[in-house]
Amino acid sequence: MKGRPAPNPSLLRRVDALARAATPMALTVALLVLAAMPDGLPGCVAAVALPCVFFWSVFRPAAMPPPVVFGLGLLQDLLSAAPIGTGVLALLVVHGLAMRWRRFLARQSFLAVWMAFCGFAAGAAALVFVLSVLLAWRELPLVPGLVQFGLTAGLYPPLAHVLIRVHEAMRRAESAP
Amino acid sequence: MIRLSIPLRQALARLTLPVLIAAAFGTMLLGKMDTLLAERARMALADLLTPIWAALREPVGAARDAAEELGHLYALRSENARLREENARLRRWYAAALALQAENAMLRRHLAFLPEAAPAFVTARVVADGGGTYARAVLLAAGSNHGLRKGQVALDDRGLVGRVTEVGARSARVLLATDMNSRIPVILEGSRARAILAGTNGARPRLQHWPADLRPEEGERVVTSAEADAFPAGLPVGAVRWSEAGAPEVELFARLDRLDVVRLFDYGLNGILPPDAVARPESRGRR
Repeated sequence: MKGRPAPNPSLLRRVDALARAATPMALTVALLVLAAMPDGLPGCVAAVALPCVFFWSVFRPAAMPPPVVFGLGLLQDLLSAAPIGTGVLALLVVHGLAMRWRRFLARQSFLAVWMAFCGFAAGAAALVFVLSVLLAWRELPLVPGLVQFGLTAGLYPPLAHVLIRVHEAMRRAESAP
Repeated sequence: MIRLSIPLRQALARLTLPVLIAAAFGTMLLGKMDTLLAERARMALADLLTPIWAALREPVGAARDAAEELGHLYALRSENARLREENARLRRWYAAALALQAENAMLRRHLAFLPEAAPAFVTARVVADGGGTYARAVLLAAGSNHGLRKGQVALDDRGLVGRVTEVGARSARVLLATDMNSRIPVILEGSRARAILAGTNGARPRLQHWPADLRPEEGERVVTSAEADAFPAGLPVGAVRWSEAGAPEVELFARLDRLDVVRLFDYGLNGILPPDAVARPESRGRR
C-alpha cells in the first residue's frame, strides 16, 4: 500500500523535537556545572551525574545515548578531582545495565526504583574505588567512597522528583497533536 | 545524514556501548600516563566555566546569606531570653544600689558628714615618654602656667597613672606608678588592709608591706590610701595578680603603655614629695 508521504515537519516542530531530545543532556550538564561551583560540596558532582544518567536511561533512553553518557562522564571527571576515566566507566556501566533492565524497572514503584538505584550507586562507588586503587596502586581510604555512595543515594529522590515532572511535561508535549 | 540499512544501524547501536567502555579504559590509561594532559583539560574547563560560576555566585550567595540570617534569627530567641534574665538581675542590683544610696544619704545626714569638695583638674596631653631621671615617666605639654604643681595626682580614664614630680613653665613630668622609685600607699579594697605599691620598672608594680595575716586575694581591687597625705583615699589603682614567682603584683587599670592624655587632679595634698620639694616648699596659694 502506498500512502501519501508524511508531511515535511515544519522548522518549528523540528526545533521543538530537537530541544526536547537535548533537554535531558542539557539539564544534566547544567546540574553538573551547578554542583561543581567552587564553594559547594566537594563530592556533589558525581552524586548528581549518576541519578540523572540512571533516570534518563530507564525512562527516556532515546535522550541518553551512550556517547552522551560518555561526554557527561568526562565532564564529571574533569569537574571533580577523581582520576579521569573512572567516572566515565562507572556511568557507562550503570547506563548499560539500566538499559538492559529498563523494561522491568520502568514498571516499578518509585520506592522500588530508588532501592534499585541504591544498588547501582553502591556498585558504581565500589567500581570507582577499585579503579582508583588500581590506578594509584596504593591503599586509599574507604570513607570518601562511602560518603559518595550515601550522597548519591540520598540525592536521588529530590532529583528524581524534579526529573519526573520534566519527563511528564515532555510526554504531554509529545502526545499533543 | 548517511542512510544505513536497519540491521547495520542496529549492529552499530549494539556496538556503541562496548566501544565506549573500551574508550573509557583508554581515557583512564591516558590520564594515568599523562597527568599533565588531564590537568590542562581541567584548567581549560574551569576557565570556560568561571564566568558561569561568577554569575551564579550572586544568587547562591544571597540564598546562603538568607539561610544564615535565619540561623541568627533562631539564635536571637535564646539571646533574648538570656538578656531578659540578665536585665532582671541587673534591675535587682539597680534597686539595691538605689536603696543603698538612699540609706547612705540618710546616714550621712545623721552623722553630719562633710562631703569632700569635687577636686579641680586639668587635662594635659602626653608628649613623650621616658627621659629625665626616671625610667618610667612621661612628659606633659602643660606646666605651672596651666596650674600644675608638684604632687598632683595623674589619672587616665581608667585609673591612677602616677604623680607629678617636676614642673616647668610649659611642661611637667609625671612619675608613673611602675617606676622603680614610685611608692604609693594603697588599700586592698576587700579586706581594707594597707600596703605599699612599689614600682619595679616592669609592667606590674609589686605589693609590699601587707599585713602578715592578710593575704591579698587574686583579683582584689586596689585603691589609693590617704595615709602619708600624698593621695586621696579611694582612687582606683588596679587588681591584685599573683605572679608565677609567688609575689603579689598589681595589674594597673590605667593603660600606661598607651597614654594620650592624663587628668591632673589637685587634691591640695602636700604629703611626701621629692627631696627638692622639701627644700623649697611651694606656697599653696600659688596654684
